[in-house]
Amino acid sequence: MTAVPATAPAPTPPLTRGRSWRGPWRPPYVLAAVTVGYLVWSLAPVLLAVLFSFNSGRSRSTWQGFSMRWYYADPTLSVLHDESLRRALTHTLTLGLLTTLVAVPLGVAFALGLDRWHGRLPASANFTMLLSFVIPEIVLAVGLFYMITLLATPFVLGTTAQVVGLVTFQLSYPVVIVRARLATIGPQYEEAARDLGASAFGAMRRVLLPMLMPAIFTSAVLVFADVLDDFVIVRYLSSDAFTETTSIKIYNTARGAPTPALNAVATLMLVASFVVVLLGWLAVRRFGRGQEEPGSLGAFAGQV
Amino acid sequence: MSGTAPRDRRRGLLGVALTLPGAAWLAVFFLVPLYVVVSISTGTVDPVFRSVVPAWNPADWRGDQFGYVLSRLTGPDGFFGPVMVRTVVYVLLAVAGCLVVAYPVAWFVARHSGRRRGLVLALIVAPFWISYMMRMLAWVNLLADDGLVNRLLGGAGLVADPVTFLSGRPTTVVLGLVYGYVPYMILPMYAALDRISPALLEAARDLGAGRFETFRRVVLPMSVPGVLAGLVLVALPMTGDYFTNDLLSASPSTAMLGNLINTSVANPSQAGQAGALVLILVLAMAAPMLLYVRSSVRSDLAS
Repeated sequence: MTAVPATAPAPTPPLTRGRSWRGPWRPPYVLAAVTVGYLVWSLAPVLLAVLFSFNSGRSRSTWQGFSMRWYYADPTLSVLHDESLRRALTHTLTLGLLTTLVAVPLGVAFALGLDRWHGRLPASANFTMLLSFVIPEIVLAVGLFYMITLLATPFVLGTTAQVVGLVTFQLSYPVVIVRARLATIGPQYEEAARDLGASAFGAMRRVLLPMLMPAIFTSAVLVFADVLDDFVIVRYLSSDAFTETTSIKIYNTARGAPTPALNAVATLMLVASFVVVLLGWLAVRRFGRGQEEPGSLGAFAGQV
Repeated sequence: MSGTAPRDRRRGLLGVALTLPGAAWLAVFFLVPLYVVVSISTGTVDPVFRSVVPAWNPADWRGDQFGYVLSRLTGPDGFFGPVMVRTVVYVLLAVAGCLVVAYPVAWFVARHSGRRRGLVLALIVAPFWISYMMRMLAWVNLLADDGLVNRLLGGAGLVADPVTFLSGRPTTVVLGLVYGYVPYMILPMYAALDRISPALLEAARDLGAGRFETFRRVVLPMSVPGVLAGLVLVALPMTGDYFTNDLLSASPSTAMLGNLINTSVANPSQAGQAGALVLILVLAMAAPMLLYVRSSVRSDLAS
């Protein structure tokens, strides 16, 4: 760069000249419009579906007045009284609970293990875990379906198979989230505990695990909510009407002539999911006191 | 260092003990199923029962199933070719659609949402907590022959008869895929764009770049990793998707690779074909999958 002789500096613009002093950035009207438009497009259809679950008539597009008919009032067709809808709801929640109870401890242990064991074997285990995260779900679902039907596995299609498939597909969430947290915690706390006489296991249990609580809760919420949403794995590994989930129910009946009870089931699922997220968020705040950045919104979206 | 050696070893043993259950789980329930798919697709079909005879031993692997699929890509029996082409075209269009929607939204939230950022982020994250099937059900309700969209169009006198949005329309399927998967693209993009320091943009402007030049030469290059992550994260599930198509079209004229796999699995005599199609899906997606896994491992090592 050639030296430019210092000339008189350009006159400073007066600070009161309208918006130009606020900098050369124009207000982002177009971007704001696109974002608002996107949010409406993304959420309005769902809100309408929720609204019509409270319709007093059979229609899912003409408003005929508010009622709780499709939730419990209708003696045969409501979620409460239609056996298959009620079963789908409870089965989905059962799968969510069982999968979370298996996948989170397994994943947390796996993450802690990978943090301590270095070499070719743990590296390929890590690689396999990441592959299970990105592989299209249908590949794993079809593979498990044929494995269970062709090989003499100790279990058949049904709830156990569904939980096994879901745990496999969800295992990467706790692993990735806990590992990210471990990286920010660093080894010093554990080392201090060891220097003060704690055993390897004791240091992990009494120092590291409490610090990991926010990450563990975050991953539990993610796994649970993601299981409620799952379709491909639960459908391939279901055996009969008793192992149908709400997503299978929606898939099977959406294009037929469903009543708003289907919308009601979907709405209840939505409520369950939001309640779990809220509880998880409160738990993360509770356990994350005194730690920097407890699970942020981003962490709840699987963004780690 | 004799004092620390036993301690390190014990720490190592604990690591092994903690890793093994998860590793064993993945080996049995992830790697074995993949091998089962390979064995099925390289196996034969029992001539009497029409059931699949998997080739467990690699020495017995045969290419019949792949040959069958490949021989039907083109020509008079070419019913696989058009499906493959359609899958590629739909996925490319839908990914492009996601990109067009996601980038401005992510940029707005990262840079301009100001005090409302928390609220906007919560609304953007909301679709993650709404089941995918419910989001599709919402559109089935809206686009049905007697749905709200047709009511509005008819009420405005724009159409005489209801538009059959839900019977084999490629536009509906592609837009449905965009709707279903775009949240998965916004978040990685937001994360990448949020990391760009405003000071860099100010510096670009101070150095004489215009608004568009600042975007083109500073923002765009710096957002490439986030864009790539977003592309991979939506393209992979989209390629194996069959339910969006089933709910929004339910017609063979818009069938994709996922639909082909799904119908083959439903028919026991087509198990070999199903296996071959699944492997074709894995091979086609191998490059983006490995790209993603490699970049994850690398950022692991960096931290």
